[in-house]
Amino acid sequence: MSAPLLSIEAVGKTFDVAGRHARALDSVTLEIVAGECHAIVGESGSGKTTLANLIIGLHAPTEGVLKWKGEALPAQRPLALKRAIQIVQQNPRSALNPRRQIAASIRLPLDVHTLYARRAREGRVILLLEEVGLDASFLSRSPRDLSGGQLQRVAIARALACEPELILLDEPTSSLDVLVQARVLKLLDKLRREHGLTYLFISHDLAVVRAVADRVSVFDRGRLVETAGVEALFAAPRHEATRRLIEAIPVVTEAEAELRDRFRAETLSKEGQSP
Amino acid sequence: MPSDEVILHLRDVRLAFGKSGGATEVLHGVGLHVRKGEKVALVGESGSGKSVTARLILGLLQEERGVSVSGSIRFVGEEIAAGGDFVRDARGRRLTMIFQDPSSALNPTFTIMDQFHEVLRRANPGISRRAAHAKASQWLTDVLLRDPDRVLSSYVFQLSGGMSQRVMIAMALANDPALLIADEPGTALDVSVQAQTLKLMEELATRLGTAVLFISHNLGVVREFADRVYVIYRGRIVEHGGVEQIFANPLHPYTRALLRAVPKISEAGLPDLPEFSEDFLNPRMDHPGCVEPADEVAS
Amino acid sequence: MLGLVIVVAIILSATLADVLTPYPEHVGPVGDFSAMNNGPSGDHWFGTDTIGRDLLTRIIYGYRLSLTMAVVVLSISAPIGVAVGLVAGYSGGWLGYLLMRATDVFLSIPPLVLAMSIMGFLEPTLLNGMLAVTAMWWPWYARLVFNVTRSEAEEGYVLAAETIGASTAHILFLEILPNCWPSILTKITLDVGFVVLMVASLSFLGLGVQPPTPDLGSMVADGAKYMPDSWWLTIFPALAILLIVLGFNLLGDGLREAFDAER
Repeated sequence: MSAPLLSIEAVGKTFDVAGRHARALDSVTLEIVAGECHAIVGESGSGKTTLANLIIGLHAPTEGVLKWKGEALPAQRPLALKRAIQIVQQNPRSALNPRRQIAASIRLPLDVHTLYARRAREGRVILLLEEVGLDASFLSRSPRDLSGGQLQRVAIARALACEPELILLDEPTSSLDVLVQARVLKLLDKLRREHGLTYLFISHDLAVVRAVADRVSVFDRGRLVETAGVEALFAAPRHEATRRLIEAIPVVTEAEAELRDRFRAETLSKEGQSP
Repeated sequence: MPSDEVILHLRDVRLAFGKSGGATEVLHGVGLHVRKGEKVALVGESGSGKSVTARLILGLLQEERGVSVSGSIRFVGEEIAAGGDFVRDARGRRLTMIFQDPSSALNPTFTIMDQFHEVLRRANPGISRRAAHAKASQWLTDVLLRDPDRVLSSYVFQLSGGMSQRVMIAMALANDPALLIADEPGTALDVSVQAQTLKLMEELATRLGTAVLFISHNLGVVREFADRVYVIYRGRIVEHGGVEQIFANPLHPYTRALLRAVPKISEAGLPDLPEFSEDFLNPRMDHPGCVEPADEVAS
Repeated sequence: MLGLVIVVAIILSATLADVLTPYPEHVGPVGDFSAMNNGPSGDHWFGTDTIGRDLLTRIIYGYRLSLTMAVVVLSISAPIGVAVGLVAGYSGGWLGYLLMRATDVFLSIPPLVLAMSIMGFLEPTLLNGMLAVTAMWWPWYARLVFNVTRSEAEEGYVLAAETIGASTAHILFLEILPNCWPSILTKITLDVGFVVLMVASLSFLGLGVQPPTPDLGSMVADGAKYMPDSWWLTIFPALAILLIVLGFNLLGDGLREAFDAER
């Protein structure tokens, strides 16, 4: 049993929006184990984005504490700690500076953290490009000329440049075409195993989660309502929010349809039981 | 129930942008049809040409510069490939469209009632505000919105995504169109909200006998909703079949790749698939029993 | 395109004024007393002024002055304004608020009035004229850059840079600023015309350049007294102002179109 890499202990977050208190997260306790791909699922408003922002240090929790390898994460993180937790965002076109070449974007972490000798950095960038299935011809290109799938690969290369331990993937493929998504998910999986990375995979799409995750945590209205291994979650979801998410996914095969119909029947019978 | 009457028929439609010297062809001979009461899906990824097809049918593209269209687009028997008055007149009445993001498709500076009134005026120019209000109210009830009066007096930013989507569906069906084009409806919404609104749209369209052309990149949604499916890839229709046929037995390499690539809730892991393969460019394959209407006698 | 042609022509002629102009000695206070107040002729294409100085020469030297002023004013005010806008737009909070309210104070006073009041305290010299114009010019850049920065700060690449641990200086100058360039450059080219007009206005009111330095605004003011008889004394300098402003405006429009097409 590995020690938790990231501990989220009774974390809550309240925002003051236009004079009103919005409770985005409420008593969330969760442990992320090193090397796993842990999915965070929920609909919009469930708190998953807020949790992501807390983990990458954009905000500090209102209550509770986030611990990295047993030590509390400070509000102002030192550079070494920033390096360890990186993010791949949903919209790759926004995530890359349109006025900087690809090489500059991928090189940024190397410069910020002074990794590798200055002259060796370009070579390192080329290696990273190759790792994500691109090549040196992309160095001098502009984000404007790249497709969504290519841009996301660049974003992944940039995250890898930090040599992080944890990567937060926020709906990384939801804006990509189906075939491109399949390849990017495969790439992410390969990279995780090759580099011993830990993934926090945020998604609203349970089918994607089924394909990639080891464990799943389900969020509903700011609360963590269920955590389970991925097989267990799909075999026997315990919380109503989980069922709702499973039932709502449009399916493409008979096997999926049967699975979903079974859940729907169970939900209905449960509703029948409650007064 | 689907009848024989052909509401929409595209034959060998080609579309190119740019000047005749260096024009880029975007659609390479697209052919499809929708009969009365049918729900037909046009499935494709980005760059496939599905969205421009919708704009072509509506006659919107033809009004722009540098657009050249050839082939035939017949709507309720009238030729509209070149755009023109007939289709302009039909827009909003006999031919309506709903869009991906309801919050941006509705005008933020007018109330819902103002906009509904506009919509109803298209079919009935003299309709009074009161009569329009009554009709709109009835429609909002039909789309399962509680408290229609409150919704009518609201602005779009006061409504949730799901509510705006229902308002848009109501406005699109209020004038009893012959054809409704739905362009990626609900993509901007949460999954469960999307599922509900699509179900609603399906029920209403069935009840009214409206033909629906449903444009999407989401195979699962198409499977729930459509009777027949066209798969479009890089400006060409590559497969055409009934919904059960396509999903149970996809014929074209591109369709097969798509279906294998979609993550499924019933299985873990992902297959290793190429992003592109030469045989994606194979010619169109139609499933048995799925034929385009024989060339109507050009009378 | 036309704008570029006009601007290049003006810049070239101003730079090469010593060589190009027919009567470079007429820049000073001494003209050709035998040809005073003559209309346009073969010898003097734009005519001469009341003390016999060739108008064409003085106009071209006037361009030199205008361009110099524009360069000086903009090369000081633009960087100040851009820096203020960047910091205010990215920091937000009380710092952003403070900076932008200070900017608002300057923006709320009509530019010419502000320049005039500053000049009221200072001696009417060329240098002071430039100082006054500079002082009231930077807020426009601050506001422009503030707005662009505010929207760019929401973009994913800024979040990415922050997560990577890039310094604030890096984010401001190497991530956000490059996205502000199109707006800034467009504004600078348009502003050249406006600075010229501003200086001309100040001179027209007697608050800027002093004689005998040839300045387009002063020439218009002086010549106005002799309208409509010696019409060339006012009309040609006025047309010259029109031309330089038009040229830079067209250039600015062209730049803006080029940047939009890029998008």
